[in-house]
Amino acid sequence: MSESMANARPATACGEAPRPPEGAHVATREQLAHWTRSLDCIHCGLCLSSCPTYQVTGRENASPRGRIYLMRAVAEGRLEPDASYTQALDECLVCRNCETACPSGVRFGELMEFARDEEKKRVPPRGLAGFVERIAFRHVLPKRRVLGALLGTLRLYQRSGVQTLVRKSGLLRRLAPQLAAREALLPVIPSRRERAPLLERYPAHGERRATVGFLTGCVMHPLMPEVHRATIRVLNDQGFDVVVPPSQGCCGALHFHFGHADEGKELARANLRAFLREPLDAIVNNSAGCGAAMKEYPHQLEGEEARRFSSLVRDVSEFLVERGLRPIAPGPKLRVAYDEPCHLIHAQKISAAPKQLLRAIPGVELIPFDGQESCCGAAGIYNLVQPTLADAILSPKIAAIAKVRPDVVVTGNPGCLMQIKNGLAAAGLAIPVKHPIELVP
Amino acid sequence: MSDPLVRALQELLGPQRVLATRGELLVYECDGLTQFKSAPRCAVLPHSTEDVQAILHLLHRERTPFVARGAGTGLSGGAIAQRDAVLIELSRMKQILEIDPVDRIARVEVGVVNAELSKAVKPYGLFYAPDPSSQTACTLGGNAAENSGGPHCLKYGNTTRHMLALEVVLPDGTRETLGDPFAGSAGYDLRGLFIGSEGTLGIATEITVRLCPQPESVVTLLAAFETLDAACRAVSDLIARGVQASAIEILDQRTIDAVESSVFRAGYPRNAGAVLLVELDGPAIETAEDAERVEAIARANHAILLQRAADEEQRMKLWKGRKGAFGAMGRVAPDLYVQDAVVPRTRLPEVVRGIGEICDKYRLRLANVFHAGEGNLHPNIAYDGTRAEEVERVHEAGREIFELCISVGGSLSGEHGIGLEKREFMHLLYSPEDLATFCRVREAFDPLRLANPEKVLPVHACLELRSALPSGERGTR
Ligand SMILES: Cc1cc2nc3c(=O)[nH]c(=O)nc-3n(C[C@H](O)[C@H](O)[C@H](O)COP(=O)(O)OP(=O)(O)OC[C@H]3O[C@@H](n4cnc5c(N)ncnc54)[C@H](O)[C@@H]3O)c2cc1C
Ligand code: SF4
Ligand code: SF4
Repeated sequence: MSESMANARPATACGEAPRPPEGAHVATREQLAHWTRSLDCIHCGLCLSSCPTYQVTGRENASPRGRIYLMRAVAEGRLEPDASYTQALDECLVCRNCETACPSGVRFGELMEFARDEEKKRVPPRGLAGFVERIAFRHVLPKRRVLGALLGTLRLYQRSGVQTLVRKSGLLRRLAPQLAAREALLPVIPSRRERAPLLERYPAHGERRATVGFLTGCVMHPLMPEVHRATIRVLNDQGFDVVVPPSQGCCGALHFHFGHADEGKELARANLRAFLREPLDAIVNNSAGCGAAMKEYPHQLEGEEARRFSSLVRDVSEFLVERGLRPIAPGPKLRVAYDEPCHLIHAQKISAAPKQLLRAIPGVELIPFDGQESCCGAAGIYNLVQPTLADAILSPKIAAIAKVRPDVVVTGNPGCLMQIKNGLAAAGLAIPVKHPIELVP
Repeated sequence: MSDPLVRALQELLGPQRVLATRGELLVYECDGLTQFKSAPRCAVLPHSTEDVQAILHLLHRERTPFVARGAGTGLSGGAIAQRDAVLIELSRMKQILEIDPVDRIARVEVGVVNAELSKAVKPYGLFYAPDPSSQTACTLGGNAAENSGGPHCLKYGNTTRHMLALEVVLPDGTRETLGDPFAGSAGYDLRGLFIGSEGTLGIATEITVRLCPQPESVVTLLAAFETLDAACRAVSDLIARGVQASAIEILDQRTIDAVESSVFRAGYPRNAGAVLLVELDGPAIETAEDAERVEAIARANHAILLQRAADEEQRMKLWKGRKGAFGAMGRVAPDLYVQDAVVPRTRLPEVVRGIGEICDKYRLRLANVFHAGEGNLHPNIAYDGTRAEEVERVHEAGREIFELCISVGGSLSGEHGIGLEKREFMHLLYSPEDLATFCRVREAFDPLRLANPEKVLPVHACLELRSALPSGERGTR
């Protein structure tokens, strides 16, 4: 561009827009102002139709472009943050569909995480949503014992017949419809035996090809132990030693997305310590949300360790396909609908690998469906704090699945898995939902 | 919420569908053009033609101006709410109402996104031809209002060739059907008048469009040249030799650079001064023959690289790069000003050179990407909107570019519309009498001038113009 502009910002080549340097991340309000302005949103609107909340509401302030516009206005002091600003941020799924659509390379996820963190500090969330959030982020997710105890209680609630009673009576629905909607989302809690902790090491079957660390995450192990067991089994069968560091914890993804960055950073540091103790060839995970967050630790933490850690992180499908698959034994004939988790396809840009893995299983037939790539509305705890929007976002997907009638739906993210399971159940469809790795015989 | 109008609208539509806080409205301050900003008094989200009627009826009674908005991708400031107007956001009206594969027509609500329609009719072997580069986001209502074009409009023609009938609500709230999908045009073509009227005659709510059968074969060619000039000369030759391409597009080096750094990286050679994208469609024998002619012409103009897309995937990639080009330019500039002038195609090389010289003179950074086959130029000027002096230089350069284009027999806008941005240049193209005629047409639909005021025509000037003219006098072009 003009010379005078280049003079004003000597750090850039003649006329180049002042892009933040490679590897830099938003850390202050001034930077946010600078990023939202220079980092590249030119208000073209090409992201609009990719955004699930815009699709449902049609409101500009529920679109990526609108949200960026508001963040910029607040950062520049042109807008006093008000309730509608908080709402505009809260309604975002951080699904990052917009990043895939944006020709200008806006790093939306990062902008949003920063803006939310600031906003949470300014106005701590109140009401039921705020209460759930505070308890979950500070006291439950980071602490395995608390989580275990909570799940134990929930299992008691489900098994003792109280749940049936509550549901039948319709009492909750009448007294607290919002709470009832959330109660309905409760997955069936596995027994304590099924939830038993994993071993520290699972040796490869046959010739050993490499050693990988395995992230168990916070809620995933107690809620879906079968997915973890399947992942470890397949990794072993494929020739990989699996190490499960006992001192690891929650990845912090939800903390970052929902504006609790300080707690998130604590958790990230703990994981660096847990996983970097012994040399590993990769850090494998089976949850798209966790994988994306861990790959982005360097956005949150300075230093070589975070970079080394993130360079090792792999989704299990990504890892297996990258290393080359050993032949897989034939399984039953299955018509499989693969749902693309946002945090795989948009945040990690992984779309081919899970499908390649599935196609490599003799007997599996992949069937495409409309909206295969669209968001399901789970987005961490989004379905808990924004139930109405989450349902509206989910329903076209359920309708599309109903149309193709697969034998099984698979998706590589625990939140999506539960969300779709609930959606199908609510629609009266008896189609199981699994993690892709579970189909590998 | 003390504004009585807001309360009345809330009563009409329910509180959820009326936006009135500063935070909610700030985002409607501008559209795809960010030089001009003005937030609406409030914004409403109708769900149906009846909603639109009720809203306009109320606004008419209250003498309150309004502005329609589709996706807000417009590049001439058309969807900006001046004069405290009420913004009517049509994004919720996005049903495809009917697809008739036999008669090859579809009936849609105006908020349907352009690309969604083509996607929906693909299973029938059909497509909707006008393909603005913003087609993944822009609405058919916005396309109607701007008479939008796109790369393939070279062969298929702009929007007006593809919209057969419109359901519109006039500024007093009455509903009219303009045009007829089956009957020919007897009497005045009001449908044609409405298309391209930029929301100044009323609000379209439903559209019946013509669908085209997918061609038997498509060949997409990429030719790279050392200079932009050489690429332009190749285009002039293609036109002169009568090659019937469906699209002819040029991207210059800065644009190539931006695209190749974006998610839409298409594999354009970075060392080229410009690339030319040519697409041919039709029966396989014809496209094969034409492709060879195109290649021969490119070679004669010293192409440094010639490529044919091997399959659909490669073809899509080449096009995605082109369509993401404007967005990708965000990488090189905090703000962009994109122009839309049209010039006779045989004058392309000299005009493109001239625009380059103007930008040099004003020390502005220029990138070119344009519908070369139609002589529709899109010089993109990169600037920083926070620097008043620089914005001034952009305006000056813009004016000179317009003057240059008009001096060779061109026009102000190929497809983006006049809007707010080019209003002040209308007098370069039209005499006061012409403008007064426009005013009279506008007033026939909208005597109170409530529909998208301050756009296209300088309204106040318009009044003065009219009073200065003896009544009954007609303007001429
Ligand atoms: C990246 C990019 C690429 C583009 N490429 C092209 C291109 O190749 N060709 C091209 O022609 N344009 C292009 N454009 C411009 C723009 O996309 C088109 O003008 C498009 O038709 C605008 O549609 P919209 O839904 O966004 O309308 P808006 O921007 O919301 O509105 C545009 C105008 O139409 C009026 N309007 C909207 N809906 C209605 C309605 N239902 N009834 C009456 N008036 C209405 C508005 O008041 C406004 O004046 C591009 C824009 C961008 C950002
Ligand atoms: S696509 Fe990118 S540049 Fe365009 S409006 Fe969206 S975020 Fe901004
Ligand atoms: S992250 Fe998802 S919900 Fe948020 S703005 Fe982007 S596309 Fe929309």
